[in-house]
Amino acid sequence: MSEELFQAMAQSIVDGDIEAARRLAQQAIEQGIDPLDAINKGFVVGVNYVGDQFARGEMFLPDLVLAGEAMKAAVATLEPEMARRGTERKTLGKVVLGTVQGDIHEIGKTLVGTMLSASGFQVFDLGVDVPAERFVAKAREVDADIVGLSALLTTTMLRQREVIQALEAAGLRPKVKVMVGGAPVTAAWAQEIGAEGHSEDAIGAVAVAKRLVGA
Amino acid sequence: MAGRIRSLSDRRLRLEVLCPEDVERIHTATLDVIETVGVRFPSQRALAIWEAHGAKVDRETMVVRAPGALIEEALRKAPPVYTLAARDPALDLPLDGQHVYVGTDGCGVEVIDLETGVRRRSCLRDIEEIARIADYLEEVAFHWVPVSAQDCPPESRGLHELRAIWRHSAKHVQTESIYSAREAEAAVEMAAALAGGREALRARPILSIMECTTSPLGHDGGSLEAALVGAEAGLPVGFMTMASCASTGPATLAGNLVVGNAEVISALALIQLAFPGAPVFYAAAQTAMDLRTGAYTGGGPEDFLFGAATNALADFYHIPLSMGSFATGAKEPNWQAGIENSLSTFMASVVGSDMLLGVGLLHGSRIWSYEQLLMDCEIWDLICHMMTGIVVNEETLALEVIREVGPGGNFLKHRHTKEHMRALWIPHLMDRRPYEVWEERRDGARDWARARAREILASHDPRPLDPLLDAELGRIIAAVEG
Repeated sequence: MSEELFQAMAQSIVDGDIEAARRLAQQAIEQGIDPLDAINKGFVVGVNYVGDQFARGEMFLPDLVLAGEAMKAAVATLEPEMARRGTERKTLGKVVLGTVQGDIHEIGKTLVGTMLSASGFQVFDLGVDVPAERFVAKAREVDADIVGLSALLTTTMLRQREVIQALEAAGLRPKVKVMVGGAPVTAAWAQEIGAEGHSEDAIGAVAVAKRLVGA
Repeated sequence: MAGRIRSLSDRRLRLEVLCPEDVERIHTATLDVIETVGVRFPSQRALAIWEAHGAKVDRETMVVRAPGALIEEALRKAPPVYTLAARDPALDLPLDGQHVYVGTDGCGVEVIDLETGVRRRSCLRDIEEIARIADYLEEVAFHWVPVSAQDCPPESRGLHELRAIWRHSAKHVQTESIYSAREAEAAVEMAAALAGGREALRARPILSIMECTTSPLGHDGGSLEAALVGAEAGLPVGFMTMASCASTGPATLAGNLVVGNAEVISALALIQLAFPGAPVFYAAAQTAMDLRTGAYTGGGPEDFLFGAATNALADFYHIPLSMGSFATGAKEPNWQAGIENSLSTFMASVVGSDMLLGVGLLHGSRIWSYEQLLMDCEIWDLICHMMTGIVVNEETLALEVIREVGPGGNFLKHRHTKEHMRALWIPHLMDRRPYEVWEERRDGARDWARARAREILASHDPRPLDPLLDAELGRIIAAVEG
């Protein structure tokens, strides 16, 4: 019985069907299925399939994003039950993410957040135009492993350095690793400002984040 | 100084990508979006203007919902024809619907060094050198800021960039890298100093300002305020949408046009509400997201179609268009760059887009290449040539000549050939040499382009800026930094 349910869960992720994912998660709770089983034997199977198909060029970025959104909905539905049982989903690490102060460009950063959370990271997205002190405060509050900094302009890119300096001044470095991205950001710039990670796109960002947490 | 501009002015080829009914439907859908969904204007000054004209303004979300009639009425105040003035009047660019002009692309962040061939971060000196070469090239009608002066302070960077271009060229400058009211005010002051005062600048705007929208359906506050400052001073201002299918716009091309159109015409309407009759232009570089990486593609059939379709929209509003063409996504001047830059420029030219941006950048407008600059100029020259079409008259039918030469002869020695041969296209960078010559030398377009760029840099140094004026510009910039 639960085999069929697990299969439907995986399929809901493959289809990027947010409503179905939420409904199936609810169904699992009602049937007394361990939420961790629902995630690991059901939904994650779908995530892995989509990832695999993407790597083969059979599925595309919008498929990944929708799968990520469906996964997020499933996990959110299961969370209260996990809390009740005193269990917790094991994540690869905690990532605090945002677009730096003075910059309102959102889509690249949001895409990175979706990809990271679909890949098993816990993501805290601070949005756009985020001052250095908010990155520092959030990183401290959640005990972050990684801070991700986005910038689209050469003028705001300089703020990435300021956030790294603020993290250092707050004594959070080098425990907290920093990833930078955005159209004008290059590997040379990342190295110059002391960021451990840089990627030109959201798929690459997942690999970089995994490397930084040793996953 | 090249003394003249290679513009397209005798366009005989025609293409209709959108029929009048299609344009009407896109327009109606756009007004629906502006009225019911709204567009975000995160600027108190902009919101106050909208409110004063009866638009619905949500101060919390900064989303403006404006009735279609308000937008249409405002757009009708925009002048359909005006001139981008140059400091040298011989290089003025009338935007009269009859001409197509090319500018340098912008705003890159790296440069492939002309001497070492190594890719490195862009700096102020690059802008000076690119401006000198662009000043020389008659294919380049006006300047954008080609790369970012990353060795200048962020708060005045856009001003240093303008000064660097003005030092080396008297052609029109359109900046796409000023996005705060404070910098825009200083830029106006600098332009006024060069033009001989505020009124002289209004009469002959030697500077225009291009701002980017924030797709989907949004704007940047600083950009809006910079545009308002420019428009108040009489500088032509435009807004460019880069809405991309499947990411910042719908996956379907028509829907993406609606999103981009809503961004651009709402911003242009704002300018007209604030300063009725101010010269404005429509600008677009729409594309489709790369489905594998999410990247901005900078080329592909969708871009080429947008290149032709957008002019139908701009024409519908009787507003000049600045259209993204060239600007390949290729990493180096290669097969991909050739295809993308030729097709995008062909499609934007055949419909008569007023301004094309632009020549010289690789990798989706990130990396400056002098080789690509020269190759793009050759593409432009080729396309201008094609657009003139085929003239059919007694002289060109050459019936008498054919009769005289007859079967088996040749036309080489005929007077008619000598008279007309220079109308045939002559390439500078295409390799038409015998195979053996190529085999021996193994060189080609990239080598010749590089050599040409070096030659121009070594020989062309016009310094069209009076040292006293240059010092005045320096003082204005210093005041912003102080």
